[in-house]
Amino acid sequence: MRLDLRNSSAAMFVALGIAACGGGGDAGSSGGGDTGGGAAPPAATIDPATVGTISGMINFAGDAPAMRAVDMSGEPDCAAAYTGGGPMTQSVLASGGGLANVFVYLSGGVSGAPAASGAVTLNQENCRYAPHVLGAQAGQDIQITNSDNLLHNINASPTTNRGFNISQPRAGITSTQKFASAEVMVPVRCDVHGWMGAYIGVVDHPYFAVSGANGSFRIANVPAGTYTATAWHEEYGEMTGSVTVTAGGSADLSFDYSASMAGADVPLGEPLVVGHDGAHTHAGQ
Amino acid sequence: MATMIAEATGQAILTEEHKQSFLRKYIFSTDHKVIAIQFLFLTLFFLMIGGFLAMMMRYQIAWPDQPIPLGGIFPESMVASGYILPEFYNSLVTMHGSIMVFLAIMPMLVGVYANYLIPLQLGAHDMAFPRLNMYSFWIMIPAGILTLSSFFVIGGAAGAGWTLYAPLSARPDLTGVALGQQMWLASVVLIGLSSIFGSLNYITTVINMRAPGMTWFRMPLTVWALFITAILGLLAMPVLSAAGIMLLFDQTIGTSFFLPEGGGQPLLWQHLFWFFGHPEVYILILPAMGFTSEILAVGSRKPIFGYKAMVWAIISIAFLGFIVWGHHMFQSGMNPALGLTFTISTLFIAVPSAIKTFNWMGTMWRGNLKLHTPMLFAIGFVAMFAIGGLSGIFMASTPVDIYIHDTYFIVAHIHYVLFGGSLFALFGAIYFWYPKMFGRMMNETLGKIHFWLTLIFFNLVFFPMHGLGMVGMMRRIYDASGYRHLEGIADTNALITWSAFALYASGFLFAFNFFWSLWRGKKAADNPWDATTLEWQTPSPPKHGNWAEVPVVYHGPHEYSHPGVTDKDWLAQNERPDVPSPAGGH
Amino acid sequence: MDWALPPNYSTHGVVIDQLFWIIFWLTAAAFVLVEGGLLWFIFKYRSREGQKAHYTHGSNKLEVIWTAIPVLVFAVLGAYSGTKWAEIKNASGFPPDALQFQVVGKQFEWNITYPGIDRQLGTADDFTVLNQFHFPVNEDIVVNLESEDVIHSFFIPELRVKSDAVPGMVIPVWFDSRQAGEFQIACAELCGLGHYRMRASVTVHETADYEAWLASQATAQ
Repeated sequence: MRLDLRNSSAAMFVALGIAACGGGGDAGSSGGGDTGGGAAPPAATIDPATVGTISGMINFAGDAPAMRAVDMSGEPDCAAAYTGGGPMTQSVLASGGGLANVFVYLSGGVSGAPAASGAVTLNQENCRYAPHVLGAQAGQDIQITNSDNLLHNINASPTTNRGFNISQPRAGITSTQKFASAEVMVPVRCDVHGWMGAYIGVVDHPYFAVSGANGSFRIANVPAGTYTATAWHEEYGEMTGSVTVTAGGSADLSFDYSASMAGADVPLGEPLVVGHDGAHTHAGQ
Repeated sequence: MATMIAEATGQAILTEEHKQSFLRKYIFSTDHKVIAIQFLFLTLFFLMIGGFLAMMMRYQIAWPDQPIPLGGIFPESMVASGYILPEFYNSLVTMHGSIMVFLAIMPMLVGVYANYLIPLQLGAHDMAFPRLNMYSFWIMIPAGILTLSSFFVIGGAAGAGWTLYAPLSARPDLTGVALGQQMWLASVVLIGLSSIFGSLNYITTVINMRAPGMTWFRMPLTVWALFITAILGLLAMPVLSAAGIMLLFDQTIGTSFFLPEGGGQPLLWQHLFWFFGHPEVYILILPAMGFTSEILAVGSRKPIFGYKAMVWAIISIAFLGFIVWGHHMFQSGMNPALGLTFTISTLFIAVPSAIKTFNWMGTMWRGNLKLHTPMLFAIGFVAMFAIGGLSGIFMASTPVDIYIHDTYFIVAHIHYVLFGGSLFALFGAIYFWYPKMFGRMMNETLGKIHFWLTLIFFNLVFFPMHGLGMVGMMRRIYDASGYRHLEGIADTNALITWSAFALYASGFLFAFNFFWSLWRGKKAADNPWDATTLEWQTPSPPKHGNWAEVPVVYHGPHEYSHPGVTDKDWLAQNERPDVPSPAGGH
Repeated sequence: MDWALPPNYSTHGVVIDQLFWIIFWLTAAAFVLVEGGLLWFIFKYRSREGQKAHYTHGSNKLEVIWTAIPVLVFAVLGAYSGTKWAEIKNASGFPPDALQFQVVGKQFEWNITYPGIDRQLGTADDFTVLNQFHFPVNEDIVVNLESEDVIHSFFIPELRVKSDAVPGMVIPVWFDSRQAGEFQIACAELCGLGHYRMRASVTVHETADYEAWLASQATAQ
């Protein structure tokens, strides 16, 4: 009888324990974080004598394909924000020989990196994500805001990280999320508005950038050294290059995309493996 | 044989009594009465939780544009900037239904009253398997903890509705809910286990442990109802457990029983779920019918009208209950040829319910109605269950179901059955058997106030929902604005929400009466209602083992106002009549 | 709020409304019988000094009566419902010349594929529009319902149409509209966090207007 009693209470405590573990996991969102924004937040302590800058261009040759009109008639409040030809798709934005929305990051040669700090932001405005492509360091806060007074959901479907699918039913709602490990890229979509998509490049370090409207990008505070850099575009795929950064210097790095690369195999959320030297290479290489 | 087992168990229990530790006596007790009371506290707690979730839902539906008061105390993943999030609303919908069905109403009907009443009304010392009985309670504890803690895991609690339709429930990538859904399933498997343990126990006890003279047709209708319910539970719960485990596999290890991309069928889930789900509806109503029959006979001071018809009605409901599940799926895309079959079986299952309603009225007819609180709730049950039964006819008619399926008409219907039906009967049962359980009476004035508030606000909450359903308001929507056909329902929704708050508040009046009476209630006599069944022929509360001497039964269960008995208007089942055997008391 | 069904514009909806009101009056009668009886009994037989209850165990005659009457009523109602149900839902009975559309539900939108000017699905002039359903008045419509992800339910209240859209299945649904107008498709089956907002506009055109709209879409595509 005694024995029985212990058994049953033990069973209960085991069950309690299981439940408690389930309940005790770290919550996905923890609020706060400063809204520094920007692709590469400043690291905590940088000795300017040891770092340099990478800057360059994403060049684009040929005629960019015409973007298609987006039918936003179901959301008149959003549609009203677009004048002229109305809202268009955003998959290829090329102008003046430069390609925008290319995610550039150091994919090899990085050993050690400052801890993630600050936050990057993803805004939903006029039924579009701003920015369309962004980078974040693993563990860095990603602050997601709704500027539209209507329902958006944010459905992130990474391959290796834990995904999330949350909603923001009205303007002003903010949620903070993060990804624990590197993954290029994490697709994000809104299921209420099928045309809304964004990509988040998650890397282990703060050495990444997204090309601007004219195709230029800049990665600051990179420790001196030689690196492999990778560029990623949602239509034209990946390219790699090599770059050497000197202390206090500015290294040039450019990638040449062309319209003929349309239909390239675009890696998405491919798991990254850490090499012996601490560099990241794609699993397939 | 039956008597021998009863005697043996009784002896064992009686000799054991004196060496029990506190823990053994009150916590890990094998005494069916203690277990019943444990179930009662547990289920009242979950009734309060389930109700609270409903209050949050009602706030959102009535005032979708206003932040919820005290929203700041909730995590950002539930309430953001003061507003309930749609995914949290889905969790509220899901968990309100699940908690009410699996952790409040079902264990209150069965865990509390099957446990308490079967041995006492049959003249047994305890259940056939007291240890198993104890387990059936303690399994509910981890199930309850899993359910409650699932709100706080990443992704939140299950949000695919209490019916868990796949693929929504099977694919975390489409909801953001992964662990919460799995915890729900684990919890339901545990509850199923508890229910199966309980059912085995009740069935065995009823078959084997009836007191001498307690023939089948001398059993109180409560025992009949609980016995048939146990059979339903034993046959239906394993189906849910199996389906739940399959769903868990689809979620976690990549099977695709219910996912078309892997060759599965979403409708298979619905067939399995409702094959469990419809008998479950009767698990939730048959015991309530039993309590009502009992209380109406006592309160009317008359034998139950048509006792045998009542028994056969219970049995036929149980049988038909297994062949009507498809009426939940008329619009699911299943072959429409099945529609006719399920329409006919569904309409016919209404017949025994109609028979029961008429017999309850027959019981009150030319009675001497004592309108005490349990009697008021029993009459309230008949009045409300009738509405729930009648509204069900709309759904049974397949063409009409096209329009009202998945609207608030269904929400109204299920609440008239589960609240107006099951919960009214349960309130009646609590007031009625409280003196036996705790040796004190609940306050009668507070009880009557509680009844009237509940009746009025219940109807103000749920009757207008029929209207919302006719207008075409869909179930489970977070915000009805933006639909042209739903313009102009805001006032009705506000009325419903205010009434729901009042209904919930009147529950606290009941809770106050319940706990106050535990210490301050009037001392109860052994038989305060002048009732005939065996549980009233032993002290209040009964001692461990129930009977010093096993009672002998001489006649049927409801011998009230027998013309041959002159000194009182009742004749206990174990009283030897010194008059010619009462008619019908076989 | 009017506690009423919204106006009905479809042919089969007439039958649905008719059955609704038949059941309404049947149940209203039963409601009055039961609730009225209970109130009357409470008043008439409430306990009073010296009153004694009438001792009876029931009446087989009454049991037979109140079993037989519901059985008869339900048999007639069931047979009638079943017949009408088959007429509305049996795909083999759908008009062969009905105008066919494909409707695909997806979290949280309705994608409507039009048969184009040639009135045939599966030809080159088909096109798909998001959340806008246009069709001509007084013509039999058959929608082939599908779903990409979870179960949705296609509900147009004013046309008395409702059917689930189930992934892995194609479910044909027949209806028509006898009046031009603007309605909405609502999703009636919980399909996730955007369920409440999964709606699309329905425009029922006069025949000529429908053709004009088709032509305008053909140029836009």
